Amino acid sequence: MMIKRSFFGLAKPRFAYESANPAKPEKISMPKIVTLFCKTPYRGNGLLAVGEKVKTGQKVLLYGDSDAYIISSVTGTVSSVSSYIGDFGKSYTAITISASAQEETEDVFGKDPAEISLENAKKFLAFSPGAPALEGFSESDKSKIKTIVVCGVDTDLLMFTQQYVMKNRTEDISKGISILKHITGAESVVIAIPRADNSDSKPCGMKNAGAVGGASGAEIREIRSEYPAALPHMIAKEVLGNVVTAGKTWEEIGISFFSAEAVASVGQAFRSGRVPVNKVVTLIKKDMSKVLVEVRLGTPIRDIFNAFDVTLNEKDRIIIGGPLTGASVYSEDFPVQPDTDAIMVQDAESISAVSDYPCINCGECVRICPVNVPVNMLVRFCEAGKYQDAADMYDLYSCIGCGLCSFVCVAKIPIFQYIRLAKYELERMRLANLESEEAANA
Amino acid sequence: MLNQKKFIVSHAPFWHNGTSISERSYHTVLAAFPAILLGLIQYGAPALGVICLSISSAMLWELAFNKISKCPVTLGDGNAMVIGALFAMLAPATMPWWSVIMGTFVAMIIGKHIYGGIGGNPLNPVALSVAILMLSWKGVFDFNEAYRHYELGFSMAYPLAAVKNFGVSAISDFNAKDLLMGKQVGGIGSGFGLALIVGGIYLMFRGFIRWEISLSFLFGVGLTAMMFNASDPVRYAGAGFHLLTGYTLVAAFFLVPEDSSSPVNLIPMLIFGLSAGVLTVLIRNIGAYVDGTIFAILFMNIVNPLLDKIRPKAIGKAA
Repeated sequence: MMIKRSFFGLAKPRFAYESANPAKPEKISMPKIVTLFCKTPYRGNGLLAVGEKVKTGQKVLLYGDSDAYIISSVTGTVSSVSSYIGDFGKSYTAITISASAQEETEDVFGKDPAEISLENAKKFLAFSPGAPALEGFSESDKSKIKTIVVCGVDTDLLMFTQQYVMKNRTEDISKGISILKHITGAESVVIAIPRADNSDSKPCGMKNAGAVGGASGAEIREIRSEYPAALPHMIAKEVLGNVVTAGKTWEEIGISFFSAEAVASVGQAFRSGRVPVNKVVTLIKKDMSKVLVEVRLGTPIRDIFNAFDVTLNEKDRIIIGGPLTGASVYSEDFPVQPDTDAIMVQDAESISAVSDYPCINCGECVRICPVNVPVNMLVRFCEAGKYQDAADMYDLYSCIGCGLCSFVCVAKIPIFQYIRLAKYELERMRLANLESEEAANA
Repeated sequence: MLNQKKFIVSHAPFWHNGTSISERSYHTVLAAFPAILLGLIQYGAPALGVICLSISSAMLWELAFNKISKCPVTLGDGNAMVIGALFAMLAPATMPWWSVIMGTFVAMIIGKHIYGGIGGNPLNPVALSVAILMLSWKGVFDFNEAYRHYELGFSMAYPLAAVKNFGVSAISDFNAKDLLMGKQVGGIGSGFGLALIVGGIYLMFRGFIRWEISLSFLFGVGLTAMMFNASDPVRYAGAGFHLLTGYTLVAAFFLVPEDSSSPVNLIPMLIFGLSAGVLTVLIRNIGAYVDGTIFAILFMNIVNPLLDKIRPKAIGKAA
C-alpha cells in the first residue's frame, strides 16, 4: 500500500500527521539478549570484558580515555563487544548483553536535591529513552542555548510515540522541564504539541499540555498537522520566526530539541533515582496498521516482530523511523535504540524502485519543497558531484530533509539521497581541511 | 548468517507517489488524440500516413541513437512517441515522406539527444525541428500550397496567411465557432480548437503541464492581438482570431509548457508564457513569417535559464 498522487495532480499531496489516540503500549516479554550501540568507534574491548556481569540501569564505561557510556537495560552478562557500522559509515561499539532471569536494578542517584545537576544528567542520562540532547549544554557557558523545545509531536508520519508520551506522562514531563530549566539555565521552554483540528480525535488534549505548561512555566505552541510542520527546522521557524538556520548547528542557533520522551526520562530518572530503560515505539505493520509497544532498550526488533506476528520475507524492507525520513536496516537483529521512535515494515510488493533517469525538469519538487529550495537545479549539481556549487548557489544547506522531493519525483531520482550525500561529503571535506591545516600549523 | 533473509535497504523516503515519465507521455498523447482524430477525418489517408511515419521514425531515431551511444534504450518513457505525435500535429497532411523523416531526425537527434536526452534539451525539440524545416525547405509548411487539391466545404485559405496578405476583410468568412470546430486548414492536429482546449484542460488539471505557462501564453497572445486590433482594425485581426488560428492552441498546451525548456518557478513561468504570447503576435503582425509561434517559443527557450533564476529566497537562508 502506498500513498498515490491524486487524480488532480494540480493539488499538492497533503500528508496529515497521525492523530489517532493510541491505546496504552503493549509490553512484550523480556528479551533474551539486548544490544546497545555506544557512539564511539570500536577499539577493542577496552574496560569491558566479555562475561562481565551488569545490572539493570548500570552505567557501563567503555574506554578509559572516553566519556562514552551505555546504560545496561537488563541484568545479565556481557556476551560480546564488537564494531557496528551504521549509515554513512558512522562507527559504533555494539555491546551485547545476555539477560539472566533474576533482575537487579541499580540506583544511580540518591534522593538528595543537590544531586540534580547538569553534570549528573550528562553522566547518566545521555543513553536514556528519547536520548536527551545534553551535549550542547555546559556548566561554564550557560547562556549559549536559550531555548529548549519539547517535542510532543512526532516528526514523521504514521507514528504516535511522542504524542502518547506527551499525553500520558504529564507528571514526568513537568518535572523534567523544571529540572532541565534549572540545570541548563535555558531562558525559555517551549512545548510543541499537535494542533487539534478536529474535536473527535484530539491528538493531544490541550488540557494535558496546559497542565504541563502551567506547572513548569513553559510556553505552548501548536504545530500544524501537515507534514513536515513537526520537523525541527519547521518548529524552529514557528518558535523563533524567520531566523537564519541554513548551514548552522542548533547550538549556534541557540535552540535545543528534546523529545517528550527524553524530557520524561529526565523527570523520571531524578524522581526515582534510576535511569529509565523502557522505550515506547510505534510498530507500523505492512498493512500500515499501528501498534504502540513498550520494550527494553536494545531489544532486537525480531522480538517485536515475533510478538506481533509480523512475518518478513526476502526483499521486504525494515525501516527504523517513519516512511519519509527513516533509515532502512538489513537485519532483524537490529536493536531498539534510545531514539528509535518507530519501526516500519514494508512488503516487497509495495517498494518502489529509484531510477538513474535524469531530471526532466517537471518542477514537482520545486512546488512541494517547504523551504523553497530550487531542487531541480540542486539535484543536477549533486548528481555531477559539484557539492560546493550546490551549497553556494542552490541552497543545499536550506534543505530540512523532509524527503518530499523524492516522493514526488516523476523521474524517480533519489533526490533526498543525493542531498544527504552532498552534505556528508562537504562535511568530510571540511574536516579533512581542518586536519591538514592543523598539521601545517603544528 | 548465511541463511539470513535479505532485505531491501535503500535511502529514505520509502514512499513514492507512483508517477512516472511514461505516464506523463501517454497522457499527453491521450490529450492530443481528439485533435488528431479530426485531422484524420478531414484529411484522410495522407494524414494517417504522416502521423504513423512521424511517430515511428521518431522512435527509430531514438533507438538508433541509444544503440550508437551505447546507452540503455529509452523508448519506454514514451517521450519519442510524444515528439513524433506533436511533430505530426504541426505538419500538413500532405507533407512528403522525406520531410517527415528529416523533421523527426532534427527533433530527436539535434533537438534532444545531443544534449544528453530527455531533460537536457534547452530548446523545444518539436519547435526546433519545425523551425529548421521552415527555414531550409521553403514551402514545406505552406498550408495554402499543401491543401491546394482539397475541397472540404470551408475556406481552403490558411487564415493567418489571409490576414497577413489581405487584411481583416479577407477573414470575414471565418467565424469563431467554425475555427473552434476545426473548420480551417492547418497542421493535422492544430486546427481543432475545441479538442485542443479540452485536452489542455485535462493536462492542466492532471498536473502534467504547468498551467501557469499555458494560460499566460494565451493571455499574452490575446492581449497583444487586442492591442494591435485596436490600433488598426483594418490590418490586424482581433484576439479571438489569433487565439483560434495557427499554432496558438497546440502551442499553448503541448509546446510552450514542455518540461525541459521552460521554467519551473512561478514568476518566471508567467513571464515566459506571457512573453512567448506577445512575441507570437508581434511576429505574426509585423514580422516576416505568417505564424510566429514557433520562433517565439524558441526565443523564450533561450531566455529560460536566465528567467528561472528569479526565484523565492529559500527559508532559513541568510539574506
